Amino acid sequence: MSIFYPVELLADWLTFDVFHLAGKKLLASAVNFFIYDTIKIFILLAVIIFIVSIIRTFLSPERIRGILSRRNKYVGNFLAAVLGIITPFCSCSAIPLFLGFMEAGIPLGTTFSFLVSSPMINEVALVLLLGSFGWKVALIYIGSGLVIAILSGILIGRLKVENLVEDFVFKNKLNPSRNGLKMHWKDRLNYAKSYTGQIIKKVWYFILIGIGIGAFIHGYIPVDFLAQYAGADKWYGVIVATIIGIPLYSNAAGVIPLVSALAEKGVAIGTTLSFMMAVTALSLPEFLILKRVMKTKLILIFAGIVGAGIIITGYIFNLIL
Amino acid sequence: MEIKVVGPGCTNCKNLLEVVKRAVKELDLVIEVEHVTDVQKMVEMDIMQTPALAINDKVVLSGFVPDIKTVKNKIKENE
Repeated sequence: MSIFYPVELLADWLTFDVFHLAGKKLLASAVNFFIYDTIKIFILLAVIIFIVSIIRTFLSPERIRGILSRRNKYVGNFLAAVLGIITPFCSCSAIPLFLGFMEAGIPLGTTFSFLVSSPMINEVALVLLLGSFGWKVALIYIGSGLVIAILSGILIGRLKVENLVEDFVFKNKLNPSRNGLKMHWKDRLNYAKSYTGQIIKKVWYFILIGIGIGAFIHGYIPVDFLAQYAGADKWYGVIVATIIGIPLYSNAAGVIPLVSALAEKGVAIGTTLSFMMAVTALSLPEFLILKRVMKTKLILIFAGIVGAGIIITGYIFNLIL
Repeated sequence: MEIKVVGPGCTNCKNLLEVVKRAVKELDLVIEVEHVTDVQKMVEMDIMQTPALAINDKVVLSGFVPDIKTVKNKIKENE
């Protein structure tokens, strides 16, 4: 029995006893899906974001920088990717983080591993994957996200493209952090509370819209209907999905529940993964912001490598699942 | 006293700026809250997470938008 069994009961009760939809099968299925998914996802969001925020208060960017600056290349790439999961990612923090890392002498490749994993594997995406797809797909997503982040970072490190970073970045003297913010448990709980509220306030309507459209698809589109357009045997599926994902960054929260409904109707799982990764990891606003600290060529190299990683991941999972 | 809100100008930075301005007003202080958007300055202040709040050049909050009570306390503590 799933821990969400009570939510299931509530959704059934509302659908059949309160709204009396037993006679209208399709509508009942859509309404039931909407109620169940909404409640489940908002419970998960509140709990998981709160926990992640508490963990995060122990791992400030200053501390992460300290951890990363003392590692050799490959260990550094691995740690950067893993630590990227916990840090929040708002595209406006990309620049101070990037500069802070470079200033501490962290290699460019390690910094990029972090820049890839941080937005791609974040707590909101995690909750939605868990809620809409279950833990297996969530784990596959995290695992392949980490691999892409680590390999992209190693590759960028190998390319020796330091000359494509704006000159002023290297002119900064290392200036050990003065702002070691002291935190008591009260501050940590306070932070977690404000942060959780802030995120839910920011994403709730995207999620409702996503689940709403998802519910409609769930109820009204026949199972496997989309397989003829986006099944695993369609070679172009992954590439088209990746390209469509790029401009959707700010709507990531709504996209995942919607996509889970599409997957149910026959869109191949690798194609689905590529789409979600492109939505979170390839973001136009972030690229525009990064232009202030690096040359366009480096941004293109970065986007190209990550994009290729996402596409390859999509094909691999279409083949093996 | 010098109060600065640091951040490149995303929604969160604007929200923090609003909260801080309100806190200053409610504490009956006559201080112009400065909004620092210059990337170079952020590096000099060693801020890695925006939005951040600095009082007399000391960073007291970074990485999220706190509620007004927290901001008021920080201002009082660092006066």
